[in-house]
Amino acid sequence: MPKIPLSWLAESVALVPDATPVDIATSLARVGLEEEGIHGSGVEGPLVVGRVMSLVKEEQSNGKTINYCRVDVGSHNDPEGPGHKPDNKVDYPSSKGIVCGAHNFVEGDWVVVVLPGATLPGPFPISGRKTYGHWSDGMICSSKELGLGDDHSGIIVLTEMGFDASELTPGQDAIALLGLDEKTIEINVTPDRGYSFSIRGVAREYGHATGASFTDPAGLPVSGEAGEGFPILIEDEAPVRGNVGCDRFVARIVRGFDPSASSPTWMKTRLEAAGMRSISLAVDVTNYVMLELGQPLHAYDLATLTAPIVVRRARPAESIVTLDDATRVLHGEDLLITDSLGGHAERAIGIAGVMGGALTEVSESTTDVLLEGAHFDPISVARTARRHKLGSEASRRFERAVDTALPPVAVQRAANLLVELGGGVIEEVYTDVDNVPAVEPIEMDWDFPSRIVGVPYTAEQVIDSLEQVGCQVERDGEVLIITRPTWRADLEGPINLVEEVARLQGYEGLPSVLPVAPPGRGYTHSQLVRKSVARSLAEAGLTQVLTYPFISEARLDEVMLPADDVRRDVIRLANPLSAEQPLLRTAILETLVDAVKVNLGRGAQDVALYETGRAYLGRLVGAIPATYSGTSITPDDVEALNEAIPGQVRRVAGVMAGNRVSAGWDGHATPWRWTDAMAMVEKVERACGVVLEISNEAGERQSTAPFHPGRVAVYRLEGQIVGVAGEVHPKVCENLGLPARTVAFELLLDPLIDESEGVLVTASPVSGQVLAKEDFAFVVPDSVTAGSLVDAVISAGDGLVEDARVFDVYTGEQIGEGKKSLAINVRMRDADHTLSADEVLEVRNAIIAEAGEKFGAVLR
Amino acid sequence: MTELSPLDAAGVDAAVQAALAAFAAASTLDELKEARLAHTGDKAPLTLANRQIGGLEPSDKAAAGKAMGAARAAMGRALAARTAELEAERDARVLVEEAVDVTLPVSRQTPGARHPIETMQERMCDLFVSMGWEVAEGPEMEAEWFNFDALNFDPDHPAREMQDTFFIDPPSSGLLLRTHTSPVQVRAALERRDSLDEGRGIYVVCPGKTFRTDELDATHTPVFHQIEGLAIDKGLTMAHLKGTLDHFARALFGPDAITRLRPAFFPFTEPSAEMDLRCFVCGGDDAACRTCRGTGWIEWGGCGMTHPNVLRAAGIDPEKYTAFAFGMGIERTLMFRHNVTDMRDMVEGDVRFSQQFGMEI
Repeated sequence: MPKIPLSWLAESVALVPDATPVDIATSLARVGLEEEGIHGSGVEGPLVVGRVMSLVKEEQSNGKTINYCRVDVGSHNDPEGPGHKPDNKVDYPSSKGIVCGAHNFVEGDWVVVVLPGATLPGPFPISGRKTYGHWSDGMICSSKELGLGDDHSGIIVLTEMGFDASELTPGQDAIALLGLDEKTIEINVTPDRGYSFSIRGVAREYGHATGASFTDPAGLPVSGEAGEGFPILIEDEAPVRGNVGCDRFVARIVRGFDPSASSPTWMKTRLEAAGMRSISLAVDVTNYVMLELGQPLHAYDLATLTAPIVVRRARPAESIVTLDDATRVLHGEDLLITDSLGGHAERAIGIAGVMGGALTEVSESTTDVLLEGAHFDPISVARTARRHKLGSEASRRFERAVDTALPPVAVQRAANLLVELGGGVIEEVYTDVDNVPAVEPIEMDWDFPSRIVGVPYTAEQVIDSLEQVGCQVERDGEVLIITRPTWRADLEGPINLVEEVARLQGYEGLPSVLPVAPPGRGYTHSQLVRKSVARSLAEAGLTQVLTYPFISEARLDEVMLPADDVRRDVIRLANPLSAEQPLLRTAILETLVDAVKVNLGRGAQDVALYETGRAYLGRLVGAIPATYSGTSITPDDVEALNEAIPGQVRRVAGVMAGNRVSAGWDGHATPWRWTDAMAMVEKVERACGVVLEISNEAGERQSTAPFHPGRVAVYRLEGQIVGVAGEVHPKVCENLGLPARTVAFELLLDPLIDESEGVLVTASPVSGQVLAKEDFAFVVPDSVTAGSLVDAVISAGDGLVEDARVFDVYTGEQIGEGKKSLAINVRMRDADHTLSADEVLEVRNAIIAEAGEKFGAVLR
Repeated sequence: MTELSPLDAAGVDAAVQAALAAFAAASTLDELKEARLAHTGDKAPLTLANRQIGGLEPSDKAAAGKAMGAARAAMGRALAARTAELEAERDARVLVEEAVDVTLPVSRQTPGARHPIETMQERMCDLFVSMGWEVAEGPEMEAEWFNFDALNFDPDHPAREMQDTFFIDPPSSGLLLRTHTSPVQVRAALERRDSLDEGRGIYVVCPGKTFRTDELDATHTPVFHQIEGLAIDKGLTMAHLKGTLDHFARALFGPDAITRLRPAFFPFTEPSAEMDLRCFVCGGDDAACRTCRGTGWIEWGGCGMTHPNVLRAAGIDPEKYTAFAFGMGIERTLMFRHNVTDMRDMVEGDVRFSQQFGMEI
């Protein structure tokens, strides 16, 4: 994001006197330019001008030759005398002793000296130290060390940099001299505010924020006339989304330019501060103007071009070598700048708005320069930049829309700078292909901003704000007819103008009014039940965690899903964060187990977790339409679309390992058992208000994995499997590194919740009659389940059995092989009278008869 | 030993005094029992004296009976009083002896806890439900149309690129993991638009899980949670948005919470704003504050007036209705409301994190 050197900003807008960089950032934030950082050069004092008084070359044992210099740094000099140890053998005049490895300077040269106590960019703190047998008090600096460019070939000689010796005095502050006192503010430019990608735009915004007077740096006169300059043709045969890729192209020639001229320090300093490197004068000038005005420019070596230049889309298999020396194979949608070497539009010389080509760039021998200032379609540039992963300073600006009026002005500014700094002559006649359509005026009631914002703006305030941002406003009764400025392509309709009025008048003036909503319906049944589920599990001792829903391919095997299991219908991410985990979980347990390991790994011994959330599975039914007719979507569209989105039913799952009750002074430990997992399911059932059917039978494509096949309960609701609970399969525990006999459960919540939606409990009267209790001990074959026996007992009771519960299970020699004894406690009660002994006996006999008939049960 | 005569007033009195002294001297209930037997038992002098009354002259019987009655009543009262005293002492002693160390651990079952992201979400929803708003929800794996197109994201908007959004494979499926809960706003508006015709505005909050392709670090997580709000009604303005946010901020951060809106850009709102809270740590007075980086403000969320194109996508006429929307990160809210300094604590599943918060937040 753009970095704005404040001295540069101050050239176009009067900064508030004494405003600190933070103050300026705060002002910009008020109008929507968020600060991302405040930067300095990284150089902190003392950095001074020095004059080399003496220079002694000393060859070292490592083959290097170093210079021991005595440098006059004015008030920073050591007093006349022997100098610092170990240089105390000789009497030196008042100066500092510095060791320097560079050789591009001689006695008498003016140099830049960094003294002990200073800091160079890095940060590198500077201190006096002993080196090569001398005491060296700092360094004589190169451009690179000061962050002023890549030149590290030698130290800075100030007179070679363009300074006049008569202006220099030893000891003078070099930070200001070299522009290293510059502060820059880095700002975040939102996609709608492309014009703020320039000093010009930010200066205007600063003016809006503070009322400071703004001088448009694009206000310079354009010399000469548009006409038959260098031939330019726009031949876009495949506009992207109906927009011709280039609607303006200005080309102008500067002849007789001195290729050896270099960029002045002030320009280099500003480019560096803005985050760009200095390359050559011609390139630096185009970059400088781009930073200042926001118009990307390109400089061609005129001698390498063959007319005409043609803007067209790339051809199949066409490629180009860009400025960064990379060969790029182009796509038919990429917009190119071509010239006609080898035939009309035959040679690609640049990717429009993104990056120039290597063949026609300005070089050390270029004397005639062709400057290009064009306007390209934002979408076309954005697509190309992304396709080639080639975001450039130019593409970032074009993507956000550049001022269509800028090309001739920016080219003029660049040409002026080239001539000023490198000599040469600007050609009088230039090319300006201008197909930019006129800006359509927008009509808006003058009080529309007030109706949206809630502040009673006057018509004058509205008009004034819009004029400030550059709009032309005419008033026709209640209606304003507004023409947006060319640099604000984002102002497409009245609502955009409302934002301009609101932000220029200031968001801080907004009143605070709490709206009164109509009476609502409260939480839905589903929302209430889910809260109850989450709460009951936490109260039962489980801790809620939220795991990421991403899994590896291997995880499905680790949890031992058979090949045909429905949970193998995975949804895959096109761009996973990690190539290791490209799938979305198909059950919560697949990721919840990882949280168990996190806790065990951190020293926990007993872990009980649960998670509420979604898993994602199903088969994609086909492409979902990306657009709908017109601007709206119909209820039928929504239904069709929802049908096409695969299942992501809400679920709840828990995993428990170790002890449920730990050992203590008052008792022994009790481990988490399969019964506890099922007890958790009971809590969920209660919270949902449903009772599920329990068995150990798997379903079609629904295995009992990852559970122990003999210790798993499968839950069904109206025949559909909705959950499982029990002990985790020993092999899965091994695969996942879970403790042996870890128990778990997972339930689909949505079907359970739907089942109880709208169901009202019909209250039964509570009988006050005396309770009758009977115990039975039935011997039954092993295959008879307790649940089925209890069901039989209850049904035999014909409404009189209030409750029946197994209180003992016994197997052993007394009972015999293949059999077990189930002891059941039965509680009986009638609604309107106390059961007589005969009635109780009748029920008892009925129960015995039913159990015997159904299961071959006999009383023990 | 001569038997005590019931007519011997001095003797009777002495016997009574002896009994009272013996009762008083008894220091345990057992000793009291012994004293009772000695002084009121079958062989006690007064018992024996009492038996003599039958043999007395009729003229003496009344006086003797009266004297003996008084003597027995005095002993009975003293005995009852002493019994009560000694029983109270015994009971008190038992309670002392049965005292326990109440600092011992009393539960050997680790308590469970809710995750604070969920409880924070619930607290936020409670506030809005109390104001008559409703809570709307929608799918996490969502159609691109709802996540982007309906929200006025141009097909070439950079957010649609892979660097931010998890797309479902194949990309032609038109599915993604929602990058915000805003698609729920559109769904909620579509579902409820009839209520506008009945003259009732739509006021909903949309909490839920959202996804962006950020690597996990101290301040980023690829899976996070948001709560968004949407109000559609006749005559709603930015002032109503500001009023709602102020109320929300004060409910969560206390009556002194100060908010600020600042211009921003989102495709689905216009005008748009970022919403900042006055820094809790420094109150805006410390240029070196690390929480707010010296700006005095902490960014809480984005908001604005719903773009007319979004209302149109939901079949609502922007000429008749205006709307505002806002959205906050739940993780972010937790971070500065509860001083959570590392995002990783919220996502790694270490129970110690959830357990700090318990059941409510």
